[in-house]
Amino acid sequence: MTAPLDVSGSAAEAHPESVLAGAGKAIQGRSLTRIAWMRLRRDKIALAGGVVVLLLIIMSIFSSPIIAAFGHPPLEFHQDAIDQNTLLPKGTFGGMSSEYLLGVEPVNGRDIFSRIVAGAGISLLIGFLATLVSVLIGTVMGVLAGYFGGWVDQVIGRIMDVFLAFPLLVFAIALAGVIPDKGFGLEGNGLRVAMLIFIIGFFSWPSIGRIVRGQTLSLREREFVDAARSLGARHGYILFREVLPNLMAPILVYATLLIPTNILFEAALSFLGVGINPPTPTWGGMLSEAVRFYTLPHFVLFPGLAIFITVLAFNLFGDGLRDAFDPRAH
Amino acid sequence: MLTYIIRRLIGALAMLIVISMVTFGIFYIVPQWAGATPEALASRYVGRAATPETVHLVAQKLGFYDPVVVQYGRFVKGLVAGAEYDYGAGVEQCPAPCFGYSFISGQPVWPDLLDRLPVTFSLAIGAAIIWVLAGIGVGVLSALRRGSFFDRLSMGTALAGVSLPIFFTGMITLVIFSYGLGWTAPGGAYTAFLDNPAQWAYNLLLPWITLAFLFAAGYARLTRAGMLETMGEDYIRTARAKGLREREVIVKHGLRAALTPILTLFGIDFGLLIGGAVLTETTYTLPGLGQYAILAIRNQDLPQVMGVVLIAALFVVIASLVVDLLYAVVDPRVRLS
Repeated sequence: MTAPLDVSGSAAEAHPESVLAGAGKAIQGRSLTRIAWMRLRRDKIALAGGVVVLLLIIMSIFSSPIIAAFGHPPLEFHQDAIDQNTLLPKGTFGGMSSEYLLGVEPVNGRDIFSRIVAGAGISLLIGFLATLVSVLIGTVMGVLAGYFGGWVDQVIGRIMDVFLAFPLLVFAIALAGVIPDKGFGLEGNGLRVAMLIFIIGFFSWPSIGRIVRGQTLSLREREFVDAARSLGARHGYILFREVLPNLMAPILVYATLLIPTNILFEAALSFLGVGINPPTPTWGGMLSEAVRFYTLPHFVLFPGLAIFITVLAFNLFGDGLRDAFDPRAH
Repeated sequence: MLTYIIRRLIGALAMLIVISMVTFGIFYIVPQWAGATPEALASRYVGRAATPETVHLVAQKLGFYDPVVVQYGRFVKGLVAGAEYDYGAGVEQCPAPCFGYSFISGQPVWPDLLDRLPVTFSLAIGAAIIWVLAGIGVGVLSALRRGSFFDRLSMGTALAGVSLPIFFTGMITLVIFSYGLGWTAPGGAYTAFLDNPAQWAYNLLLPWITLAFLFAAGYARLTRAGMLETMGEDYIRTARAKGLREREVIVKHGLRAALTPILTLFGIDFGLLIGGAVLTETTYTLPGLGQYAILAIRNQDLPQVMGVVLIAALFVVIASLVVDLLYAVVDPRVRLS
């Protein structure tokens, strides 16, 4: 007898994951999140990106013990590692040794390894929190524009147009350049970090806003929203209980892809000298100091590679996440 | 079509007015947070040696005590009709468009902007040609040979490209090709195109390629995604079914549809770039608008900052206007909606 419902045939080819998970079990409904997670688990490159991101986060949380174990304090000068005639590091490859893993900086002899490790924390902190700021603004604006439509949509749409036409980098530099030394109960670099988070987040919300608006527009017309509305639900209930939960996936995906952009933004501001003030180590700041010593490749290379690896890891993970959530990708 | 053009022109003008207001407002308010008083602003014009009375007088003459709305009105009037500055010793004419005078050098801002525009424009146009050709070409080939070695290699390179900060690639290329191999000019040199086209290209070659690489990476990714989407459409199958050559199907039907979002992006990118390629110009020390912006900001030279921000915004608005009008020419649905 031929089996009319042979699972190893066409059905399995169309949905490989149903075979992987559902073998021997009764077919059950799966949420979008579970399907996405199963797709993501098979995407080795995205997972590698995710692992690197995780390692970077762990590294920045435990930066002090790591520096204590493998390096010297990031602000400590080491004149003994510097040739006093040329002011360049002693030894080959910029003074790389078991003592100084990635060598030392010219002139003052600070440990490059420690400074890279210490710089990770600031990059990630600003990257994450600035993204949080833009996600909050972008989601509120996008949901309002998409859900209410009409003049609300018109006004918010125009605001986003203005933001897109702004020379943002110039503007952000100008704002970051006039941050005072004291304010809001904070001082020095603490205040600068807070202001940078706000400035970067404030300037990058329209990209999230557009996506949320588009998604809300299509969600608004869906049957379950209609059902809620005809049952007499208020706007607030529909927005928070029906629309917002369905926006979580796209918001998560685009937030992941915005983090690397914001990390580059912070690095650019520090490179231009309007980010975090020296001597606090930042990758962008290390690169701007390296400009004067272009004969020492490692001095340029390590902070540059640190930025590159971090941003690439977030991009790989974010791309994988988007493919996993986007049904059109499969 | 004419009503569409007029509507878009009015929209662009409104956008510029809003941007100028926001810019003026922010750069009027933020320095006050940082502790700048009208007297402090005025003393930047007259120098430190002046007596408090003189400073007060100048602040009054320049209208620094007026409400922000009045000051903004005067700024716009200067832009449109020019302005006259009465310093007491004599009257200085500032013909339209008058962006005012630099706090530091005392020179009018507008001629400075005009001086630096060709540098940034040369940088942008050369890079744009390279990145559009390379980005779209690689993107199309990748999409057509999806999953091939070429596809993986170019998409890997593109992902690396969007993850590299330009000030890093800029420094690396300078170290290798300029200081090391001596193939290209070190940064800082700019020769006008009309003086010596060969020297102009030689000086800009490295910035062009570095800048183009960054953008080409993004454009290749977008083109590939767009091509993959359009090549799956029904009308592509129809075009093939009616016996068109594959080349025609790809270029006339596939690429044409896939290019639409890329055209929009190009308008914004190019406009932003002419308004100041800040990072590229800083890395290669090119005397363009971006470098001007950085210097103006470091010196907190308000008239210069206003000038460069407004010029940059102007180019973005013009570029997106041109893109919109191009759409209207290509796609009748746009001008009728």
